[in-house]
Amino acid sequence: MSLAPLLIPWAAALALALPLLAGAACFVVGGRAAATLALGVAVLSSAAGIVLTAGVEADGVQRLALAGWAPPLGIVWRIDGLAALAVALTGLIFAAVLVHAEKSLDLLRGEGLSEAFRPLALVLLGGLNALYMANDVFNLYVTLELVTLAAVGMVALAGDPAAALRYLLVGVLGALAYMLGCGLLYAAFGTLDLDLLAGRVEPGGTASAALALMIVGVMAKGALFPLHGWLPPAHGSAVAPASALLSGVVAKGGFYVLLRLWLDVYPATGAAPAAAQILGVLGTLAVLWGSLQAIRQTRLKVLLAYSTVAQLGYLMVSLPLIASAAGHASGLAGALHLMASHACAKAAMFLTAGSLIATRGHDRLADLKGAAHDHPMTAFTLGLAGMTLMGLPPSGGFIAKWLLLDASLRSGQWWWAAVILGGSLLAGVYVFLAVSWSMSRPPGEPSDAQPPPLPRRLEFAALALALVAMALGFVSAEHIP
Amino acid sequence: MTLLPWSQAAPLLMLFSSFLAGVIIFTLDEQRHVLRATLNLGAAAAKLVLVGVVLLGVAAGQTFEVAWPLVGGFDLVLRVDPLSMLFITLSAFLWFVTTVYAIGYLEGSPDRSRFFGFFSLCVTATVGIALAGNLLTFFFFYELLTLSTYPLVVHRGTTESLRAGRIYLLYALPASTALLAGIVGLAVLTGQTEFSPRGSGLAGVPVEDHAFELRLIFVLLIGGLAAKAALLPLHGWLPQAMVAPAPVSALLHAVAVVKAGAFGIMRVVYDVYGLELAYDLGLSQGLAVLAAATILYGSVRALAQDDLKRRLAWSTVSQVSYIILGVALAGPTATLGGLVHLVHQGIMKITLFFCAGNIAETHHVHKIAEMNGMGRRMPWTMAAFTIAALGMIGLPPTAGFISKWFLGVGAVEVGAWWVLVVLMVSSLLNAAYFLPLVYRAWFLPPADATAGRADAKLTLLIPALITAALTILLGLFANTPFTPLAWVRLIAEADHI
Repeated sequence: MSLAPLLIPWAAALALALPLLAGAACFVVGGRAAATLALGVAVLSSAAGIVLTAGVEADGVQRLALAGWAPPLGIVWRIDGLAALAVALTGLIFAAVLVHAEKSLDLLRGEGLSEAFRPLALVLLGGLNALYMANDVFNLYVTLELVTLAAVGMVALAGDPAAALRYLLVGVLGALAYMLGCGLLYAAFGTLDLDLLAGRVEPGGTASAALALMIVGVMAKGALFPLHGWLPPAHGSAVAPASALLSGVVAKGGFYVLLRLWLDVYPATGAAPAAAQILGVLGTLAVLWGSLQAIRQTRLKVLLAYSTVAQLGYLMVSLPLIASAAGHASGLAGALHLMASHACAKAAMFLTAGSLIATRGHDRLADLKGAAHDHPMTAFTLGLAGMTLMGLPPSGGFIAKWLLLDASLRSGQWWWAAVILGGSLLAGVYVFLAVSWSMSRPPGEPSDAQPPPLPRRLEFAALALALVAMALGFVSAEHIP
Repeated sequence: MTLLPWSQAAPLLMLFSSFLAGVIIFTLDEQRHVLRATLNLGAAAAKLVLVGVVLLGVAAGQTFEVAWPLVGGFDLVLRVDPLSMLFITLSAFLWFVTTVYAIGYLEGSPDRSRFFGFFSLCVTATVGIALAGNLLTFFFFYELLTLSTYPLVVHRGTTESLRAGRIYLLYALPASTALLAGIVGLAVLTGQTEFSPRGSGLAGVPVEDHAFELRLIFVLLIGGLAAKAALLPLHGWLPQAMVAPAPVSALLHAVAVVKAGAFGIMRVVYDVYGLELAYDLGLSQGLAVLAAATILYGSVRALAQDDLKRRLAWSTVSQVSYIILGVALAGPTATLGGLVHLVHQGIMKITLFFCAGNIAETHHVHKIAEMNGMGRRMPWTMAAFTIAALGMIGLPPTAGFISKWFLGVGAVEVGAWWVLVVLMVSSLLNAAYFLPLVYRAWFLPPADATAGRADAKLTLLIPALITAALTILLGLFANTPFTPLAWVRLIAEADHI
């Protein structure tokens, strides 16, 4: 007997609706009850993702029509392996961040901030889950907007208002471009459903123009080079647990939509190969620019934010590999591995930044001397998560790098292999800069005297995520669809 | 649920014995000195016993293998073969003595849980390298080794040691990038990265059509490994890294790091390409010339150093290339010389670094000019030092003589007379940089005539004496069973080298 018909609709509904309802509830109840509620919802959402993953593995891709209406009239949610896994992993990351935030927000900004953080985080979680399962171009738009609004709120929560405003502005402009693309598609082909579009789209000017507009839209929202400018100030200035969610999870939203369209709709437009090459070149620039900027930074959080720009560049580089016949399978698996492991690793690193700020009051790299002596577990976490960014084994990043290299050599596009290898060397430099300060001993006599320890939950929340990023390095690529 | 069969459990146990110890040590409170020492020594002893049991099994023809599917049809494979046991026995034994030494050496210094945690990870990585059944697995642990040695190199946290660590990574990371490129290239070209005797994994590849690719991949692989093996021109990090604490130097120079590079080169030449193909493509000849150049260059530079540890470090640059020379000469006897030097160099060099550490710790002497009369002040330490130094020069009856003898005979066997010249010049240089030092220590009066006898404490002295004794024993009894030489003969037979 298969579980899927029974459990999948419930799990999907839970992942979609519960975070949004709980987010609203958090305005009503407060304090410890709200904290427990938020954490519980994140855990449940992750559990729902695991159920969905098992269901998809057993019974294949699931399509759920809302209220029983089939497209083109109704709305369909689609749950495939990619979506199910994304739901599971996102819930997990949110849970770890919420554990961290409940303690660190008070330490970072004084009492009260977590009251505002919780509902935003829950709305964000609901928006992301909906984004993963959306199966039409318009729903992708709506969910992406929801995510953007909650994310802007998070930046504004305690960060630089100008950065939040810029993020909002770019997000709105991106949405506009994306909407125009949607409109063109609907006018020309009469549907917004991804499955139906895949069958109806014909090569031509309309399809290409729609494609271009939608790509520009998601690039702006997803901080893909050269529309990345808003990301470093926003992620660098937001309060650390918020940055962990934004850089770890939300930043992949734009690319996720791009990938969805790429797999279903774009091949039919006939313009995809050229677009893939252009995006690959832009990705190369993102890797170079993001890494070099990260190397120049003197603050940990800003360094991590620029590193996100670079890592998103790898994802763009995977597009020409996915677009090739020989490299499609390993290119796609590599991109997914990269998204999953980078999400965990980057969230872990922002959490460690938050821990260090909570105890030291700043994140200036040069003044982090002795951190490995004072807080060995936090420094260890930073290094462990850094391995994924460098793509060194054992880490999910290594599997991703291997697959992407395999795809580029297999498809005869060795120059992308050069980009990936060169980029990981640059990543080595900035991870080294982030970690090595902690190893140097501050002037004065070394002693066994320990400074006041960090609250355990701060250290363990970050370590757990870093360990997940490492564990992804042992998951056979075949298990990720 | 059934337990794993012994043939799968044994490799895992060898790997995880030190890994688990490391993880537990990381979480230990700084003050738990006794528990930490117990864990350290317990794990080292347990591994030694395990290795002994597996060694007997391999000699009796048992096979050990365990695999875990990793990525795109490639597995993580741990496989026991005679060559892997050579390396694993060496590192397990030297790990044990180094642990004893390190516990004594670091007494009273801060961050010991961190140190011993990474120390154990480092050995885990070395075991993984030794047991790796294919290049992917090898790379997996090779990187782990780099990452776990970095915190040890910079352990003291001084500006100087941070600089050494930076330079170490500056060589190691680009090199591993080249290695990875080579491995993926090989995987895409041939569909596998297995270590198989005589390189039979490449049997199905049309060599003529892919000569360029095969040469390029070889250069990438060897280039990536050469940085760890300190082969010219990628040797620069090793003399810098000598600022690390003495047990770490021992680890870098004898147990793990340079050895991992040399071992990897063996695997690539013997078990990926096979000697014949490497020769036909003109690759092993190039490697031999490079190794010979490194031998001479390292010795010349050692001569010019006035810091004891730095001189030893340059000597390592030179000595490790004997191993590679033996591999690259591609003759049966030279092979024996190269393989056996993997063990002999380790035992002799670790003795020298232990002694240098003793001298520095006990009398704060770092410069060679300050060594006058050291033989009278620390007779046991200097006796061990002298034995190991004579071994490095290659005098009988030490282990070093055995290595050089087989290398020399092997070179003549394949008609490479020029190698004899290299060996002779290098031995002279070795004598020139070791003998004056030994003379100074025993025959010149100490600067401070009133200074009495004060040898190092026992935890530092005993490891050095054990390895010094082995330097002589392995030379004297080289031709009996259960010596490295006997085992190396077994390897040569098993792999049909």
